[in-house]
Amino acid sequence: MNPAKQALLSAQHLNRSFGAVVAASDISIDIATGERLCLIGSNGAGKTTFVNMITGYLKPASGQIVLDGEDITALAPREITRRGVARSFQIPQLCMHMPVLDNMLASLHCSRGERSFLRSGREPSAVAECLSLLERFDLAKHATRPVMELPGGVRKLLDIAMALTGHPKLLMLDEPTSGVSAEEKFMTMDTVMNAIDRGAQGRPVTVVFVEHDMDIVERYASRVIAFYSGRVIADGSSSVVLGDTEVQRYVTGSVRPTAEAAA
Amino acid sequence: MIVSSAKRVFLVSFLVFLLLLGLGLVLPKWLVFLGTIALANGLVSLGIMLMMRSGAVPFGQGLVFAAGGYTAALLFNRLGITDALALSLMGGVTAFFVALPFAPLLARYRGIFFAMLTLALSMVLYGILMKTDTLGGSDGFNVTRPTLFGFKPEAAQSTLLLWGVTSGVTCLMAGLARLYCDSTRGLLSLAVRENELRVEYLGMSVVNIVAWNYLLAAFLGGLGGALSVLALGHIDPNFSYWTTSGEFVFVAILAGYQSVTAVLVSSLLLELVRSFSSAYFPNTWQLALGIFLLLVIRFLPDGLGSQMYRLLPKRNNKD
Repeated sequence: MNPAKQALLSAQHLNRSFGAVVAASDISIDIATGERLCLIGSNGAGKTTFVNMITGYLKPASGQIVLDGEDITALAPREITRRGVARSFQIPQLCMHMPVLDNMLASLHCSRGERSFLRSGREPSAVAECLSLLERFDLAKHATRPVMELPGGVRKLLDIAMALTGHPKLLMLDEPTSGVSAEEKFMTMDTVMNAIDRGAQGRPVTVVFVEHDMDIVERYASRVIAFYSGRVIADGSSSVVLGDTEVQRYVTGSVRPTAEAAA
Repeated sequence: MIVSSAKRVFLVSFLVFLLLLGLGLVLPKWLVFLGTIALANGLVSLGIMLMMRSGAVPFGQGLVFAAGGYTAALLFNRLGITDALALSLMGGVTAFFVALPFAPLLARYRGIFFAMLTLALSMVLYGILMKTDTLGGSDGFNVTRPTLFGFKPEAAQSTLLLWGVTSGVTCLMAGLARLYCDSTRGLLSLAVRENELRVEYLGMSVVNIVAWNYLLAAFLGGLGGALSVLALGHIDPNFSYWTTSGEFVFVAILAGYQSVTAVLVSSLLLELVRSFSSAYFPNTWQLALGIFLLLVIRFLPDGLGSQMYRLLPKRNNKD
């Protein structure tokens, strides 16, 4: 992290285990405002556990998470969301039988804390705002279709669009291109990053994303953190991290692990 | 937006109310009585339908039905309050406050756990009522004819007066329920039904949504209970018995969760099926009722409301 920049989020000494499996071992990460941070690592390395701890789904056994100077370690997911941390999911979490527009409207009302008993849930101003956001993701044409009729890639985009309805300060994307075909991955990421930039309206949106495709990592990340067995093994620019021998050995697989290291 | 939707909804409700009043004047008395019971019970099922929209089906609405019914009956007999509208309103308010302490707890449960907890509460009330002699014990007690704004009807007019009050209250509640279903909270209820996890991650309290739906259902249940007591002229602990709660769920399943009108139509259908089957097959009418429900589940798994929803024009596909 550039020390000149103020940390938007500071996670210090996070620990979390699932039985004998250590998913987070003394993880300390500062995330600066405006960063595009990518988390890499093999399956079970602890990337999603880190995202889950930041967003409140999992509580760390020890350690502290501070957002904008406020301790959010013990807060419930919705409290963390209200403070400006939004997320998307590896498996999109959508309302499958509802139309795309209703998914967006529900997200918008949630993020605004709007829960009126009589005010229409489909007020023109809310519909216009949702359609505008859908337009940025090229999803407006699907607005009236039930989500269950949509292909996986479109669901991924909708999942991220829903997370953006609350204008978050920190957006966490869990494998935004998983399940998307190889030729569509760049297009998907371009769409997502452009939509985030266009929606920011001058305010920086910090993005943390989990990714397995190293081409995506190189192209979209300003900073990369590599996880292995619940530990951070490298932190820096993509060229530095992807060039690290430990990362090559345990994450990217470009160097075969030695017998003793594997043991 | 809210004003225009409300205007449209209440205009339709008022027109339906006038139509029902007119029908009350021409239909035979037995059918008007049956319709009164159907609408009063339909209000309880309307509450269940609101709950179903947030993914929870209570199997113990007998609790609030009895709370509303006993409140109206006791106010009538002990305090001399005889106005039908006031009694029904107080029945609804009492049921709301009876449900209030349980709402935050129940809202944390779903599926069979939610259903059984609500059932348990209604059966606890049933047990208390059975053993409380001052409330009539297992025999219950009677209530005579109510008044309306000081007007005391003759015996012959009483059925019509109650029909007017019940249909008026039902139309008003149906209109409000429609507005609620279309409101932001109504939309969020559907989102909770579909994906609770996502709703929490979008910053909304799922417990709050479900708890309020339970409280609204309690108010409607209490209203229905009070109107039923006034129509039947008698109340006993069976108001809180599990078979009574089961019938409300039956109607809600028959109607589905999409249409307010379907709930009231389904309640009327249930009363008709029960009435005719008990007349023609007095010993096996429950069997006829069971077969009816099986057929509905087989051919209309989303309820009558799904068909009504489909038949209406796309732009106005709400009723």
